Amino acid sequence: MAMKFEKKGDGVYELDVCGYVCPHPQIYCKKSIEKMAEGEVLHMIFDNPSSGETVKQMLDQAGHELVEERKEGSKLIYVIKKG
Amino acid sequence: MEEKKNQIWAFIITGALILISLLYYKTNVYYMYLIAYIWFGFAYGMMLQYGRFCFASASRDLFAAGVPRMAVGILVALIFFSFIQAVLASTNMSTFHPAPFGIHTLIAGLIFGVGMVLSGGCASGSLYKIGEGNGTSFLAAFFGLCIGQAIFVDVTWFNFLMPQKWIDNAAAKGLPASVMSSSFDTYLAGYVWDQPVLQLSKTQAAQDALPGVSKYFVADMLLNAMIPAALLLIVIYAVWMRKGFMKKRAKTKVGATGFGDDLAGIWSMITASKRTTIMGVIIGIVAGLHIFVMKGMQIKFGVGNFGELLTRMGHSADTSIKGTVFDPGYWYITSQEGQFGAWILEKFGWNMRDNIFFGVNNGLPDPWRNPALWMSFGIIFGAFVMARLNNEFKFKLPKGELIVWGLLGGLLMGVGSRPALGCNIGAFFIRVAGGDPSGWLYGTGMVGGAFLGVKFFNWWTERKMAKEMESF
Repeated sequence: MAMKFEKKGDGVYELDVCGYVCPHPQIYCKKSIEKMAEGEVLHMIFDNPSSGETVKQMLDQAGHELVEERKEGSKLIYVIKKG
Repeated sequence: MEEKKNQIWAFIITGALILISLLYYKTNVYYMYLIAYIWFGFAYGMMLQYGRFCFASASRDLFAAGVPRMAVGILVALIFFSFIQAVLASTNMSTFHPAPFGIHTLIAGLIFGVGMVLSGGCASGSLYKIGEGNGTSFLAAFFGLCIGQAIFVDVTWFNFLMPQKWIDNAAAKGLPASVMSSSFDTYLAGYVWDQPVLQLSKTQAAQDALPGVSKYFVADMLLNAMIPAALLLIVIYAVWMRKGFMKKRAKTKVGATGFGDDLAGIWSMITASKRTTIMGVIIGIVAGLHIFVMKGMQIKFGVGNFGELLTRMGHSADTSIKGTVFDPGYWYITSQEGQFGAWILEKFGWNMRDNIFFGVNNGLPDPWRNPALWMSFGIIFGAFVMARLNNEFKFKLPKGELIVWGLLGGLLMGVGSRPALGCNIGAFFIRVAGGDPSGWLYGTGMVGGAFLGVKFFNWWTERKMAKEMESF
């Protein structure tokens, strides 16, 4: 198990924190967004439901946009646009 | 298909618990006492899982992500719970008892706070996360809260830390040597038992100034719980939420923002995560109801502790030398996990009854006759059922660094829950709502510990992020 933060294309990043439990997914999400420029997009993949609620509120407070939220099996995928 | 399978699992577990309850009842009506613990545990588990209710996340997410969701949920729960506690105290239906007050409470909270951030969940949070299939939480709960805690209270490894005064004080208590063998015994009998016990409604000032039952509502509920909780909500809003809320507000509003906008901001913070806040309200009420039911059971059976019922049923070997077992009478975690750990260690030949914690205070019943332990199992099963019903169950084996964090965090929680005689529930939540200021002392320690834990994780994750970004 290892955290992955990759650049997938121009202005598109992917953070895979599957297998990680609290507080790792929310901390990695925050740090990933900090590394990105405004308008860039992050695909966050995680499987710890408890982190989802915190991530959503964090995005809302910081002014980032949760563009899409979907579930693939037990994996949660958030598409986030940095505001 | 997956959904159907999850529903079947939920029905199997619920059905099994109903069957177990019926079997207990059929064996002896006294087991109603234990059955009540099972189902309150089950209810706590469902609520904790649904509300993602974890005390670790309260301070951790504030410091790590600036998110007040859980801190708000806990304070809301505290406000409601303190009201029910005051009602119960005023009708002589409370089982609450305050704890010795001293600097040890703060230090214990600090250790516990670091542990809960490292392991990813507090004592109650770890149990509900086990119900979600979280293997890291299992490591923390089993090796830290169960085994680690049991070993901690039974060893002499910390004798070098014991001042002569404590050793003399402990010896003066006159306890038999057969139950006084560990460092923790010296600490308990030589220091903790001599500390003052404080409950605001029982102070002379409250007795003089507040007639009748008003002391429970004014001193315990308002002064010790509601007003500090409300002030904390305002502080959290001012530090973490106000700036962002006012910025958004200014964009949509004509004219300057004022006090009314701040009130709207506080309300927006409270309702930001409805599932957490609603669960906060319900948990507060259920925790109060739990006290009511346990007190009712004690009155019905004419006892003050389940150990008396065990003795009546011929299981006196389960109890301590005082004839008692651990039976808090309300929501509590950790002591029963310590009992479970000690029970396992006994099977490996370790004498766990030669100390005050098990030998004098809490006894060592078999797990199937341990009421508080059944509450912990109930929490796991309740969370399991809720997670299955919401298709959120996933068995996750702990791997890599999570094994280290789970074990280390669990051990720190196990150790941090003993010196203050409780954890985030017993030493903080219950005590604050019951009018015992030592609860706030433990809470302050927990928040301080969480701050240190977050500092460490920030450093650790920053290193890993930098490594990942080398290839960009």
